[in-house]
Amino acid sequence: MNATTIPSAPKIREPFGDRVFTIVVTLMLLILLALVLMPLIYIVASSFSSPAAVNAGRVSFWPVEFSTEAYRSALSNSEILSGYYNSLIYAVAGTVISVTLTVAIAYPLSRKTFYGRNVIMTLLIFTMLFSGGLIPTYMVVHDLGMLDTRWALLIPGAIGVWQVIIARTFFANTIPDELYEASQLDGAGGLRTLWSVVLPLSKPLLAVLALMYTVYQWNTYFDALVYLKDPDLFPLQIVLRNILLLNTPRTGATDLAQQMHQIQLAYVLRYALIVISSLPVLILYPFVARFFTKGVMVGAVKG
Amino acid sequence: MATIAPHKIPPADATQRRAEPLIRRRSRRAELQKSWRLHWQLYLLAAVPLAYFVIFKYIPMAFTVIAFKDYSPVLGPWGSPWVGLDNFQRLFTNPVFLTLLENTFILAFYLVLASFPIPILLAIALNEIRNGWFKRTVQMVTYAPYFISTVVVVSITILVLSPRAGIVNEGLGHLGAGPIDFLGDPDAFRHIYVWSDVWQTMGYSAVIYMAALAGIDPALHEAARVDGASRLQRIRHIDLPGIMPTAVIMLILGVGNMMAIGFEKAYLLQNSLNLAQSEIIPTYVYKTGLINADFSMATAVGLFNSVVNLCLLLAVNFVAKRVTGNGLWR
Repeated sequence: MNATTIPSAPKIREPFGDRVFTIVVTLMLLILLALVLMPLIYIVASSFSSPAAVNAGRVSFWPVEFSTEAYRSALSNSEILSGYYNSLIYAVAGTVISVTLTVAIAYPLSRKTFYGRNVIMTLLIFTMLFSGGLIPTYMVVHDLGMLDTRWALLIPGAIGVWQVIIARTFFANTIPDELYEASQLDGAGGLRTLWSVVLPLSKPLLAVLALMYTVYQWNTYFDALVYLKDPDLFPLQIVLRNILLLNTPRTGATDLAQQMHQIQLAYVLRYALIVISSLPVLILYPFVARFFTKGVMVGAVKG
Repeated sequence: MATIAPHKIPPADATQRRAEPLIRRRSRRAELQKSWRLHWQLYLLAAVPLAYFVIFKYIPMAFTVIAFKDYSPVLGPWGSPWVGLDNFQRLFTNPVFLTLLENTFILAFYLVLASFPIPILLAIALNEIRNGWFKRTVQMVTYAPYFISTVVVVSITILVLSPRAGIVNEGLGHLGAGPIDFLGDPDAFRHIYVWSDVWQTMGYSAVIYMAALAGIDPALHEAARVDGASRLQRIRHIDLPGIMPTAVIMLILGVGNMMAIGFEKAYLLQNSLNLAQSEIIPTYVYKTGLINADFSMATAVGLFNSVVNLCLLLAVNFVAKRVTGNGLWR
């Protein structure tokens, strides 16, 4: 990956201009780093501060009057817990369905002797360029009776054409034809070959696909917004939207000071929620970033 | 997705095929039979995902007929009465339409304009860094926001810019400037949308260019150094041409997705104060279709959007192929 590790022969002193250039580039990257990190640090710092300090705007990049009240309040909120639970279901089930279906179409399309594969591929890619749009898709989901069921989040967006391209490219480039001949000679049918020969060799691909679909399922809210009305089915992102963006602080308190505190707490709760909801993905991230990068590159290499 | 049409047929083969149509037709059938004998299990396997594409992609395309009808749920998409281009006429004469078009186009262009060059600059800058640790850190950190959900990114944006206690206004307060309600200002909407998008995606997009840069032959740099080229010169004459094909593809895809710009984000950033600039076609479709239940109208707007989008993609692809020789398909 490192293009820069040129085995630089005997150390030649870099010209003055180049050294200045390096310094400028490093400085610019440092500024960029700060710009990316600052909002994140601010959110985390605020989430650990006391409601009063956050509301007074006294927090910048370090917790003021350290407090975990916001987290305790968030984790005792039943809507959030139910959202978390639902999102876990959607992420796991959705990933299993999506990966299975993606492999089921990508593998046949990767076989050179699979008749009609170019036509099918063109039909798939056309759906990337042109789509019926929101309402016609909604009508299909409605006609299938999927509205307000978990299926509405699992099935209509199950296969990504982009992921099919990645998988197909992977199969075509990594599984040698000799292997197919060998397994055919051994009397294995198409499915047996896929299961016992191809899939064991495709673990990196399966990991990439699973990660892409999991992150998608965890982060998306659009399908839920359109297809779900039942709050018991809401994924975390919808719950987050309702709490974070729709501004609905509910207070049961009668006494003014307490009411004030609750309103302030509701505000800090948002910071804590951002941290809580992004945590699973961000903890996974350092481990999966490598795979993601690989996936992007597999797709970037020719199809 | 370097090549959208996955298999180019060698030209020699193509002319040969044209010369012998009869034999070809017979062999095509034989080919199918042979393929079926060999792969019948795979055909069955592929049937399920194919059904998915038919049901969730192609049937909705057929349902767009309701853009030309007065849709009633009782009569269904086929039974509803035709109204010809009435819906489109209503749309084009609606004063909202021009605003909508303007908002969508400006936002989309601005987004492409900002989010196309920045990842390239980032990748080139990272490529110039020799310190492996620093390089990896910058890469990791700039890539991370890509994994945060839209809801959370919008929330972060709103909290950071909040006039109530947001850190930006805190900073402004120290400088003596009064608190500014960024999200209530229609003129600020586009900047907020675009730059929070750049914040979120630049690291991810840079990865693709990093891969392209890694593919450049080190011998070129070596030779240029021997010839006394400075770093800037090497970037200009080696790195930039080296990533050009990738950049062209990314630009085409960027423009191709232009009109499909995120409903998700625009809808979340919207409020009654900035609506003048934040109402774009996708959000309008959602509101017309699902909130006001005017299915025909919403489908007409959506269809208009899809067609414009497709035309843009084809146009950019055409120009790119003419100018640089690179395109989505040959």
